[in-house]
Amino acid sequence: MGELVLEGRNLSKHYQVSGGVFGKPGTVKALQDASFSLEAGKTLAVVGESGCGKSTMARLVTLIEQPTSGELLIGGKPAAGDSEALRKTIQIVFQNPYGSLNPRHKVGYILEEPLLLNTSMGPGERRRKAEETMERVGLRPEHYERYPHMFSGGQRQRIAIARALMLEPKILVLDEPVSALDLSIQAQVLNILSDLQSELGLAYLFISHDLSVVKHIADDIMVMYLGRVVESGSAKEVFARPSHPYTAALLSATPVAEPGRKKERIMLTGELPSPLNPPPGCAFNPRCRYADDTCRASIPPLETVGPTPAADPHRAACFHPLASGK
Amino acid sequence: MTEQTASTGAETSAREAKAQTRRRMLAEFWFYFSENKGAVIGLWVFLALVVIALLAPVIAPHEPNQQYRDALLVPPVWQEGGQWAYILGTDAVGRDMLSRLIYGAQFSLFIGVIVVSLAMAGGVSVGLISGYMRGAVDTAIMRVMDIVLAFPSLLLALVLVAILGPGLLNAMIAIAIVLQPHFVRLTRSSVFNEINREYVISARVAGASPFYLMTRTLLPNCLGPVIVQATLSFSNAILDAAALGFLGMGAQPPTPEWGTMLADAREFILRAWWVVTFPGLAILVTVLAINLIGDGLRDALDPKLKRS
Repeated sequence: MGELVLEGRNLSKHYQVSGGVFGKPGTVKALQDASFSLEAGKTLAVVGESGCGKSTMARLVTLIEQPTSGELLIGGKPAAGDSEALRKTIQIVFQNPYGSLNPRHKVGYILEEPLLLNTSMGPGERRRKAEETMERVGLRPEHYERYPHMFSGGQRQRIAIARALMLEPKILVLDEPVSALDLSIQAQVLNILSDLQSELGLAYLFISHDLSVVKHIADDIMVMYLGRVVESGSAKEVFARPSHPYTAALLSATPVAEPGRKKERIMLTGELPSPLNPPPGCAFNPRCRYADDTCRASIPPLETVGPTPAADPHRAACFHPLASGK
Repeated sequence: MTEQTASTGAETSAREAKAQTRRRMLAEFWFYFSENKGAVIGLWVFLALVVIALLAPVIAPHEPNQQYRDALLVPPVWQEGGQWAYILGTDAVGRDMLSRLIYGAQFSLFIGVIVVSLAMAGGVSVGLISGYMRGAVDTAIMRVMDIVLAFPSLLLALVLVAILGPGLLNAMIAIAIVLQPHFVRLTRSSVFNEINREYVISARVAGASPFYLMTRTLLPNCLGPVIVQATLSFSNAILDAAALGFLGMGAQPPTPEWGTMLADAREFILRAWWVVTFPGLAILVTVLAINLIGDGLRDALDPKLKRS
């Protein structure tokens, strides 16, 4: 078991929204009671559809926002307030490579900016470091003098990754890093990411809705629905034996490159409920085919399912986990 | 000893490298700026105006305030009755139009530069703070700006000059205050557009302070529309200063300021077309040249329009 670099304990984030002049102000529970842990050199994938709290989690982990309740530990130390030292150990790569690079700065400056802000390195040293990192992500030295708009999406995403690496972080939050890219470029960027992980021992918090990508890169997986973790465990376990009906539905919607294989596709009906007004009980109950009165009355706890190792338990928040024969 | 030489050597080379970067940036800027033919023409016209303004005492054939009593309202030289001594004619009290126009360039450019610098420096910093802080600070600043905008600009400038006392300097301060809300609003809305972009969040994750975010991350991305507004304000400033001068609140009468000249000549529009036409043309050419430059600047400063 590797070094624990990131741990979330019952993290919650609530947003207050005003209801206009006449409406009542409401509370959006964007994230509720999320607990997770991440070891050095491992990848934890966070999966779910839009509005499930994935990006809120990214904002909490990167210390852009403070959790409403719960505790976040980075490298074993609690991250409270503006912990500058901890900030350096965690960096983020965004989904949209067209928005994440400052259009007014040259690539060289974009890469050196984190060093400029956090270290006392001289210009020569900064430049050497920037060129070293550029090489690492497969960019050529002559790209140093160019502006972001001169690059393709894949190249920009590599610049964004290089920038995130400049401070030598231990944890990289990847907020849908490949979903804006072409399929062929996706593979290229994913390969760079896994090479970097094995070279530098980085821990990834990989946020995605694309399960085929997740299957390729994740060690552990966490499925979220409407702000809550509904299933977590090692990627192998979860993909082989999904316990929560929502996970099963997600998995069945993923295309499989295996002609002739009979596919049972679980169709979900209905829309994702509004996070302003979630349904009582299990948030998934209006769309679940196994839902009964218990599901509508109380929220299922996240419990261990199946015979899994105690170190990395496979857990699901469901009163009727699928592995029990359904 | 050798160590010292080595360190000074390193310093010199660092300074040289810096100078080289600056030269390269300038060359790059000129390359993109010169793509726009109109902007280059505008720049030459503007430079010519600056030269004329600077060399006014050398170029001008007469003193601007010298009155030739035997040559009242003499038409320009190509018209019947024109004299070579007064190429563009004379005004109602016999002052040479050309000399007055040449000296007037000094005043108009001076007014434009000072007013726009004041309004832009104030407006952009207030706008940045307003857009960045949001909430109560933003509301307070914007309400004050709304009050300034609610008055007709000339009326407010007039009130301000009445409080400060008439004179060119006070007129310029008043016009700068009146023009400032446009810069505040423009900067603020640009900041609103940019602040939630991912590169700003990325700079925050990298540990940028609010001051760094405002000046280094946000400001360069908000300057495009501000530069265009600055060129428009330049002409506004010249015109407003002229209007104030006409009302006796700005440049005082013998001053050869273009707007004041225009105002003085109002009653001779039908009888002597040259007394109104030439100051008007001078303002038009200046404003047009500056607007063309603004256009070219915007193109050259926006990397998205650059070709690799």
